[in-house]
Amino acid sequence: MNRAKTELLVGLFVVLTIAAGLLLALQVANQNMSTDGESYTLYAKFDNIGGLKPRSAVKVGGVVVGRVASISLDKEDFTPVVALSISSQYSAFPETSSVSILTSGLLGEQYVGFQPGFSIDGIENLQDGDYIADTKSALVLEDLIGQFLFSRGDD
Amino acid sequence: MNAIQAIGAKTLSKIATFGRAGQMLFGALVALPTLKNVHLTVKQMYVVGVQSLLIIIVSGLFIGMVMALQGYTILVGYGAEGSLGPLVALSLLRELGPVVTALLFAGRAGSALTAEIGLMKATEQLSSLEMMAVDPLRRVVSPRFWAGFISMPMLALIFSAVGILGGYLVGVDWLGVDAGSYWSIMQATVEWDKDVMNGVIKSIVFAIVVTWIAIFKGYDCIPTSEGISKATTQTVVYSSLAVLGLDFVLTALMFGIE
Repeated sequence: MNRAKTELLVGLFVVLTIAAGLLLALQVANQNMSTDGESYTLYAKFDNIGGLKPRSAVKVGGVVVGRVASISLDKEDFTPVVALSISSQYSAFPETSSVSILTSGLLGEQYVGFQPGFSIDGIENLQDGDYIADTKSALVLEDLIGQFLFSRGDD
Repeated sequence: MNAIQAIGAKTLSKIATFGRAGQMLFGALVALPTLKNVHLTVKQMYVVGVQSLLIIIVSGLFIGMVMALQGYTILVGYGAEGSLGPLVALSLLRELGPVVTALLFAGRAGSALTAEIGLMKATEQLSSLEMMAVDPLRRVVSPRFWAGFISMPMLALIFSAVGILGGYLVGVDWLGVDAGSYWSIMQATVEWDKDVMNGVIKSIVFAIVVTWIAIFKGYDCIPTSEGISKATTQTVVYSSLAVLGLDFVLTALMFGIE
C-alpha cells in the first residue's frame, strides 16, 4: 500500500464523515430554524403552561411560525411568562390575536397555537416586545376532573 | 501474613501500572504529529479508521433497521408511528452511535493495535528503535493514539447517519410510515447542541479511553506469545467495560437532570 493510495482512502473517509455530519445537521437536527436570525419576540402570560418547554413550536393553523424562546415566572403576580420568538417573515399580526397552549395528538407534545385576530382601523399590529393579552392556558387533566366532580355535586 | 503481603504487593503493582499508563499517555500526547511525520498518523488512520468503515456501516445500517422495526410494532399500537423518526434518531445519536462504535472499535482496531505493538515489543523492534535514537513513543505510539482519537468520533458520526438512513429504509419504504413525519418530527425533536454534540463528546471520551487502553496494553505486555494473547484479550474486555461504565456517568451528567 503506497502512500498516495493511503492518503486517498483516508481522504474519502474524511469526506464520508463530513457528509454524515451534514446529513445530521441539515436533515436530522435542522439547524435552519434556529440559525434563522431574523426574528422578533412577543410575550404572553398564562395561568398554567402545562408541559410547554423552551423550543416548543408556535403554530398558526398548523404552520410553524416560531419557537418558545424562554419561560419564566413574573416576579409580581406569579404567573408564567412565555417569550415567543416569531420569524420576521410573519410580522403583521394584529393586536387582537390570541394564543393558547394546545397538544398535538392524544399523547403528543404541547405547542403554542397562535390565532391571528381581526384587523380593522385603529387596531395596530403586534410589535417586538409586546404582550399578547388574550391567552388560554393548557388543559390540566386534574383540573378538568375537579370541575367535573364539582359540577356533579351541584345536581 | 503472606496473604496480606500479597494484597499489598498486588495493589502497589496495579497503581504502578496506572503510573506507567499515565507516563505513556503523556509521552504520546506531547509528541503531536508535526508536518514532517503527519504521514505516519495518516497511515494509522487508514489502518484503524478506513479499515473499520465496513463493519461500522454494516452494523449501523442493521441496528437502525432493527430499531425501526421494533419501534414500529410498539408505536403503531398507540397510533404514534410518526414518532419513529425521533425514536431512531435520538437513540442512535445519544447512546447507540457512540457506544456501539466504541465496542466495535475496541474489537476491530483496539485488539489489532495491542497485538501489533505487543509483537513489536516481543521481537525487540521497540528496543532497536531506541538503539537508533528514535523515540518509540514518538514514532510508534503517538501516531496510533492520534489516529484512534481522530477516527473514532468520525466513525460514530457515520454510524449514526447510516443508522438513521437504515431506519428510514425500514420505517418509510417498507412499513409505510409517512416520510414527511419521519423527518419533520425528527427535526422538531433533535437538537444540535444537546443531542448531536453530546454524542460527539461521548465518542471523543470513548476514543481516548479505548485507544489509550489498547496502546498501553500492547506497550506494557509481557513480551511472550502468551503475554500478547493475554494483553489482546484484556484490551477488549477492559475497554468494553470502561466504555459501558463511562457511558452511564456521561449520560447522567448530560441528560440526567434537566
